[in-house]
Amino acid sequence: MSVQTDKVQWSARVRESAEKNLPPSQLLPDEQPVYVHSWIYVFGALSIAAFGVVLASGLWLSLEGPTWWHTSSVGLFVNSLHLWSAELFFFFMVIHLWGKFWMAAWRGNRSMTWVTGSVAFLASIGTAFTGYLSQQNFASQWIASQGKDGLNAAGVGAFFNVLNFGQMLMWHIVLFPLVVGALIVMHVLLVRKHGVVPPYPAEGQDEFDTGPEAVVDVQRRTGGEGGAS
Amino acid sequence: MGATGLTGRLAAMVNLDHPAHYIHAGWFQISTANLVVILLMIVVFVLALFVPFPGRRFQ
Repeated sequence: MSVQTDKVQWSARVRESAEKNLPPSQLLPDEQPVYVHSWIYVFGALSIAAFGVVLASGLWLSLEGPTWWHTSSVGLFVNSLHLWSAELFFFFMVIHLWGKFWMAAWRGNRSMTWVTGSVAFLASIGTAFTGYLSQQNFASQWIASQGKDGLNAAGVGAFFNVLNFGQMLMWHIVLFPLVVGALIVMHVLLVRKHGVVPPYPAEGQDEFDTGPEAVVDVQRRTGGEGGAS
Repeated sequence: MGATGLTGRLAAMVNLDHPAHYIHAGWFQISTANLVVILLMIVVFVLALFVPFPGRRFQ
């Protein structure tokens, strides 16, 4: 079979694209540019860590059911774990968003990275909202009865009926987690493909200068003249 | 102190068993809890910009 024939197959095209855009060294890097040496670059990973706790505690809740999470001490703990990990997820994600907004992280052909992050944020709001509707208590009934008026006024009540508990629960535990999870995976892969956005260059410079410390480290590692890329 | 006692004391520090407190100024209204979270995010954001990151810089 010739190489040309292979390229007709979608599997070959996907493989070649993955090899070109995401080689293993880029997919799981062991080095990062010098400007990543700051706490502001930690909040994306913190958001993903919180999302992991949200998923794990949510799976546990789905196994046991509302009577368990409302009455047993372990159930109340896991219920609280689910709530507070979701709170932290948003806390970290908003700081991540602010950091990326002020460094204009869409620069350097990174527009889709920005878009997937933004849509993931919006989808997360929907996930959190349907989560409040799925609590199975008076608070969820109150939120549903209040939310329906706004959603009906927006014209989406026929598709997104907050008084339909079954629909809201399914959206919360199936549809939205799949959407948010897929968007996060796409977001991370795009970060891996394009790299972490560098800070703005200093006035009068075309590119961000990684500074003398980076040069020193490269010289130490290579034993040569070295230089910041 | 048992788990119940500890839980009770922690719960007593922040009593959530009442309607939310709101701050209201003209057209603007926000719950105190939401305002506290937003202020905390701003504080953490500023700290993340200025607190030195541990370890040596690398390239």
